[in-house]
Amino acid sequence: MSKTHVTTTINGTRTEFLCEANETLLTVLRDRLHLTGAKEGCGSGDCGACSVTLNGRLVASCLVLGVEAEGAEITTVEGMAEGGELHPLQQKFLDLAALQCGVCTPGILVAAKALLEKNPDPSEQEVRYWLAGNLCRCTGYDKIIKAVLAAAADLRGAA
Amino acid sequence: MESGNMRYLAPKTVTEAAQLLADSDGIARVLAGGTDLLVQMKAETIAPDLLVDIKHIPGMREITAEAGGWRIGAAVPGAHISEHAGLKADWPGVVEAAALIGSTQVQGRASIVGNLCNASPAADSVPALVAADARVQITGPKGTRDCAVIEIPVGPGKTTLQRGEIVTAVLLPARTGIGADACLRFIPRTEMDIAVCSAAVNVTLDESGRCSAARVALGAVAPVVLLVEEAADILVGSRLDRATLERLQSVCSKAARPIDDKRGTAEFRREVVGVMARRAARLAAERATAKAGEKA
Amino acid sequence: MALDEYEKRDFQVIGSRPVRPDGIDKVTGRALYGADAVLPGMLVGKVLRSPHPHARIRSIDTRAAAALNGVRAVVTGADFGEIRKGETRNVAENAMAFDHALYDGHAVAAVAATSEAVAREALKLIEVDYEVLPHVTEIAAAMAPGAPVVHAGFVEDSVPDGFSENVTARHEFGHGDLEAGFARADKVIARTLKTAATHQGYIEPNACLASMGPDGRGDLWCCTQGHYFVRQLCAEIMGIEESRLRVTASEIGGGFGGKTTVFVEPVALMLSKKAGAPVKLVMSRNEVFRASGPTVSSEIDVKIGMTRDGRITAAEAELRYQGGAFPNITVMFGAMAAFAAYDLGAVRTVGYNVLTNRPKQAAYRAPGAPMAIYAVESVVNELCEELGLDPLEVRLKNAARKGTKSSYGPTFNDIGLVATLEAAQAHPHYRAPLGPNQGRGLSCGFWFNFGGNTSVSLSVDMDGSVSVTEGNPDIGGSRASIAMMAAEELGIPFERVRAIVADTASLGHNDVTDGSRVTFAVGLATIKAARAAKKELCKRAAMMWGIDEEAVTWENGCAKPSGPNAGSFEPLPIEKIARKSPRTGGPIAGHHEVNAEGAGVSFGVHLCDVEVDPETGHTKILRYTIFQDAGKAIHPDYVEGQMQGGAVQGIGWALNEEYIYGKDGRLQNPGFLDYRIPVASDLPDIDTVILEIPNPGHPYGVRGVGETGIVPPLAAVSNAVSHAIGTRLYELPMSPPKILKAIREG
Repeated sequence: MSKTHVTTTINGTRTEFLCEANETLLTVLRDRLHLTGAKEGCGSGDCGACSVTLNGRLVASCLVLGVEAEGAEITTVEGMAEGGELHPLQQKFLDLAALQCGVCTPGILVAAKALLEKNPDPSEQEVRYWLAGNLCRCTGYDKIIKAVLAAAADLRGAA
Repeated sequence: MESGNMRYLAPKTVTEAAQLLADSDGIARVLAGGTDLLVQMKAETIAPDLLVDIKHIPGMREITAEAGGWRIGAAVPGAHISEHAGLKADWPGVVEAAALIGSTQVQGRASIVGNLCNASPAADSVPALVAADARVQITGPKGTRDCAVIEIPVGPGKTTLQRGEIVTAVLLPARTGIGADACLRFIPRTEMDIAVCSAAVNVTLDESGRCSAARVALGAVAPVVLLVEEAADILVGSRLDRATLERLQSVCSKAARPIDDKRGTAEFRREVVGVMARRAARLAAERATAKAGEKA
Repeated sequence: MALDEYEKRDFQVIGSRPVRPDGIDKVTGRALYGADAVLPGMLVGKVLRSPHPHARIRSIDTRAAAALNGVRAVVTGADFGEIRKGETRNVAENAMAFDHALYDGHAVAAVAATSEAVAREALKLIEVDYEVLPHVTEIAAAMAPGAPVVHAGFVEDSVPDGFSENVTARHEFGHGDLEAGFARADKVIARTLKTAATHQGYIEPNACLASMGPDGRGDLWCCTQGHYFVRQLCAEIMGIEESRLRVTASEIGGGFGGKTTVFVEPVALMLSKKAGAPVKLVMSRNEVFRASGPTVSSEIDVKIGMTRDGRITAAEAELRYQGGAFPNITVMFGAMAAFAAYDLGAVRTVGYNVLTNRPKQAAYRAPGAPMAIYAVESVVNELCEELGLDPLEVRLKNAARKGTKSSYGPTFNDIGLVATLEAAQAHPHYRAPLGPNQGRGLSCGFWFNFGGNTSVSLSVDMDGSVSVTEGNPDIGGSRASIAMMAAEELGIPFERVRAIVADTASLGHNDVTDGSRVTFAVGLATIKAARAAKKELCKRAAMMWGIDEEAVTWENGCAKPSGPNAGSFEPLPIEKIARKSPRTGGPIAGHHEVNAEGAGVSFGVHLCDVEVDPETGHTKILRYTIFQDAGKAIHPDYVEGQMQGGAVQGIGWALNEEYIYGKDGRLQNPGFLDYRIPVASDLPDIDTVILEIPNPGHPYGVRGVGETGIVPPLAAVSNAVSHAIGTRLYELPMSPPKILKAIREG
């Protein structure tokens, strides 16, 4: 088995790795690059715990091949905070207790950030539908939705 | 995932891609969004020897106006389709059908061509494409051809595509007259499910507001999408009034040939697909009427 | 019995909503869960699973797999030595089949290899010779005489004649004269209700990293609700003393009871032992559904008699639960919980456990109670409908209260059922208007709550900040609540306390994080440990001042002379005492070990509004309000979070979640696509009303809150759907085809 050399950009940093052609981006992130913020909850795109953005689009990294990252721009939860400064979504999730076990949290944060970049003023229903692919079993979603709406309001205020 | 020596290639031209597929000894697959393919690879229901990624071929990720209609490249993801105002104005039903495929994350990758070529009887976008009378463009080792969407799937997981053939684009026809389409599916939750049944209706209105042309397609109630001509005949000439739509519902339920499975009973599917068809027809009619209002 | 430890006081920290200490790691991706650990030289473990629901394993040929380049170990049931009969043996046999595959997905062999790809290849080279046997997956079929015997040798003496060998235990509870009670009733309704098996649905698949040294000492990292119990089970299975195995609990990505036992951990340890290298074993989602522990499915007969004015005169229930191929006591909890909300003169419940060819059930949030109470609360509502009575008034009229002899034996102390019912009655939700095709449902819920064995160690660090070492994995914010209780007791800011979850070698024994025990029992032990530290701090201050230690009190994080006779000294803050500690006798700490009693039961009431599409049977949850007694809410956000999360799991159970087995005995929906847990767009806000009726068994009045919340939704949703469509369903889940059928059949 020969590996493929891939050059990509992850959270703004040029990154190179070798991977098998059939390895998923999620496996590459977790096992080769030790970016374990993205989680494998299902491996079939049904839970959203592995959400990242690929060239600006929200994707499930378990449904992307590592080799497809060639030349791409990828962002993960590890890239959300800038320096020591949390992203407003991260801060609102803390302030409003929008997480319990936390395993779905990285995926939800990445997904919510993608939403607010596209739609800075979403309705509650828009947030709920956008995040329908991010399963959370602990919270019943209530506090998550409220935190996303509160972060959106903060971001609009700051803009 | 599967071990072995799977190769991944990302050619820059369709001809090269088709040749790679045709020349491959083992199992070769086209990779566009990968949202079905990678799931199948993970489940080990398929172990390809070669993946041909078509996303780097010019045009594959573009939506362009063509011959009064629209050309949607084979690797255009659902999210891109949803963002396209022109497409949405002409084919709101196709756009809403494309948006039904999976989650936001899946929408970031999944293409309607992939949805079609995966040949699931429950494919979310196919009824709308059939109702729109969409065609697909195909390139193979022997050149390029096109055919109607409805001719592609022939049964669960099976298509009429020949070895080496790649569907390169969906072609949506030009709208003639005032028309609109709509697509609805039934799922137990509000998102994230495979369709239990679905219906797409495409109508054209004449100047008096009567339906002058219609196509009605049903999903997940037979091994392939059903184009129900008898249902369309009911609509044509009518004002899409309540009584007409109720007849449409009944005809669609009768046309369905569903099965019992873990997602629903045959009885349920038969009944509810009619409801979906009636509601989709009403929605399409409302949209068309609104367009007529705009023009007036 | 309750310890009556409760003392009323004004709180500084308790009841506030600080940011949880583990939060920042969880929003930045830094938190390490079960699958996130790595060790040098680590191998990948993979498990081969039976495709048959029931088969004798004639032989397993692993030679080709073992010979594959990169394979370092292969294990089968033969590698697990003799384990004495009992739960540990059952756990081991569930983790790796001995001589029979007992359900679709039962592990039959495992490999450790240098890569995932090699491990997968190796599994394909293992040849298992199966003799396929008849199987049974449903309760009634499994109970019938002549049914295929799933797993012989478990029948207890309590089981009467007339059943198959799959009926392993019978439990009975109750008191009073049923016959006389039913005779007094104006209306008696008897129904049979069914619930499907559901899965906890935690998002993090079970995962572990095991490293066994050649000297028989080992380390295990895993996502678990109870690493001490993991150690106990694994040590016995591996045939080593508990102290030789150190288990560290990773961050846990949900458990809900499902991670209170082991599945892959003993397999990983055995692979590591054979390979002489660390082995990581992570379940796929498919494996989680097929081979971890879902909850039981149930069939329940309920008969209740009521007078015209709404007084329940007699109540009885027979509960039949299947929980897979091994015995369990979940039905006993169901039989105990079924009528707990009612003050009854005559009540009896009988429970039967039934074996089937399904995976070994594991606990799931209030195990056994949701289905039992669903059955009871459905029939109570039906009686209310028949007699034209308000369902809330009827519940108030019959509500259990202080002094009620419960249906399962004990007499209740202070409980909050009446308060929650009154809160629901007074809430605008109860009177809000409903539109067409809409309905409102109500249900009570109950959970016993546990205490149990607990150790806590608290150290005052040299700068006066405080470390609390506890031994219960933090599954819903417990490090926050534990640190808050320590801060409260010591009178210092929450930010100066850090709570950590220690490994099994670093602290005394702790029972599993289950039974809603942690905030109660670990909180209790933390308060006691803090009090021990305070006593020591006062003693040190007394030494520094040269006065009697009895003359020193503790207030707001400072030692103070107690009254004018003690002398006049400036208060000594904790940091000053800590810094001087090397000169006053050394480090300052407190610890507490207890088998905590007096957990205090928890009641809740849920109100649910739904709209049912009469043409498709689709149910939309429109409005949902929870009323629950928390005793004392330490961190209200996480109390609300427990209530909301439990309610939504219950909503999923009511509407769409179910294990679907085919005629071939195979699970048809082992994935999140077709095992349909609620998604964000399925739900409205989940409103909460926290009641605080102090638990006399806890110094601050805490009751566990984690489990009660999953109990009421089943009947609340079912009662709402019945109200909306004008006909009643007796089976969960109420998936659209069933609702549409019920509408059509009226």
